Amino acid sequence: MTDLSKNFGSLEAVKSIDFEINDGEIVGFLGVNGAGKTTTLRMITGFLVPTGGTVYVDDLNILDHAYEIQKQIGYLAELNPLYSEMSVYDFLEFIADIRKIRGKQFKEALARVVEQCGLKGVVHRTISNCSKGFRQRIGLASTMIHDPDILILDEPVTGLDPNQIVEIRGLIKELGKEKLVLMSSHILQEIQVTVDRIIIIHEGEIVADGTNEELMSNFMGNVHLTMEVKDATIDSVSNIESAIPSVKFLNSEPKNGHQILHLEYSREDDPREELFKFAVDSKWIILSMNPHTANLEDIFRSLTVTGGANA
Amino acid sequence: MRNIKTIFLREIRAYFNSPMAYIFLVIFAIINGYFFTNTFFLINQSDLRILFGIIPIVYLFFIPAVSMGLIAGEQNTGTIEIITTLPITNSEFVIGKFLAAFTLILLGLAATVVHFITLVYVGTNVDYGAIFSGYFGLALIGAAYASIGTFTSSITENQVVAFILGVFVVLVFYLMDKMLLFVPSGLSGFIQYLSVEYHLSNISRGVIDSRNLIYFASVVGFFLFLTVQSIEVRKWR
Repeated sequence: MTDLSKNFGSLEAVKSIDFEINDGEIVGFLGVNGAGKTTTLRMITGFLVPTGGTVYVDDLNILDHAYEIQKQIGYLAELNPLYSEMSVYDFLEFIADIRKIRGKQFKEALARVVEQCGLKGVVHRTISNCSKGFRQRIGLASTMIHDPDILILDEPVTGLDPNQIVEIRGLIKELGKEKLVLMSSHILQEIQVTVDRIIIIHEGEIVADGTNEELMSNFMGNVHLTMEVKDATIDSVSNIESAIPSVKFLNSEPKNGHQILHLEYSREDDPREELFKFAVDSKWIILSMNPHTANLEDIFRSLTVTGGANA
Repeated sequence: MRNIKTIFLREIRAYFNSPMAYIFLVIFAIINGYFFTNTFFLINQSDLRILFGIIPIVYLFFIPAVSMGLIAGEQNTGTIEIITTLPITNSEFVIGKFLAAFTLILLGLAATVVHFITLVYVGTNVDYGAIFSGYFGLALIGAAYASIGTFTSSITENQVVAFILGVFVVLVFYLMDKMLLFVPSGLSGFIQYLSVEYHLSNISRGVIDSRNLIYFASVVGFFLFLTVQSIEVRKWR
């Protein structure tokens, strides 16, 4: 994807984004509602034409080769639109027919997706009579009927119950072993447990791109240490920074006759041992010591509120 | 070609899986039957001219109603996103949809054959040529109106708006040759040529002229082309 952008009138929904995804990768496209996720996915699938830049799939440009690219893609659209008056069988046969999968080939493909998506028992049911969970599975089955190399799933677990979410997550992980899967979500926990790599988009721009670990190491920042101590004098507390240079004293507050100290230090330089010795020398009694590092949720919140830089 | 058939069959099934097709066909048959039989035995003539005069008027509302949901419905439910991201061209999609609506119109027309059978039994000196060319003309005008309905259905996601726009455009084509008095004489020939009634009256007389066929083919082609462009434009909005 190079320099991809999309404007709706004066609104810049996607602003010159670039990224590359390889086979066998499960990539999560994460962002708050209105961040530009669906617009980007719609440009990748050819539903929308970019205002600037383009999308390449195996060196084919979506602007010139949409038809060829669409053959390779399975796309589950946001809100999962389906022809409700059709039976599940008829709908899947319709999609397969357009994808030129007919006769024996269709029977085999149908058996595969019914098994993968757990559709046994509803194949001959009218879609409008299916539950939301089944409708989501029917949508997924239709995206996989032609066994595509690329799966693009826009909010695939929205509206599912916890058990169904676990099942669909397992299915996506399984598919991601062989295929390229790009799934979007605004739910961090969902993305975190399913994908290999996370791309965070905010206000149409990519603000972070990397694996879980890469994002943590790049955006986690310093460790915040909360210490509860007894018998600490103001003088001794103010000496911490000079005694242990790697520690930054933030503030202190009294609590039940004790002191709560808020300290900060770099993750590479853990000073807790020195702090313990300092406390002994200063005749403090340490009641608790709790380090807190930023988790992915903190990172996501900070990036999607204030913006950030690529990992 | 295969994709056109796939879209066509899906659409036909959608018509007949809901009460819509049955309601349209029954209402179409009742209205035409009522107005035809009301006067048929009074004028004492062995022809279907009355029927051929009524059907184009019924078409004005019937065809926009048949076609209003073709594409507007897909846009409203979001299924247009499924279709436009499948390996199928917009032309195949539009032609498949149009053919489905046209088929329903032909079925409606086929239901009026009962009047023809009545005529064969009770009439004398039946002019079969005029009757066949009359039906042929009605099929052509049905195709033209269906293409207009397909187009108006593509420019909105609201089926009621699509219906109203369809009735309006179809009415413009229907009334064109009745407005000739109000247009400058230099334009009257052109306006008359654009009128469906002018071409239909030629065919109904039993004269199947290539100019008339070209006219109907052009109207269908033009509006289907506009429909394809209208779907394409959505991607660029």
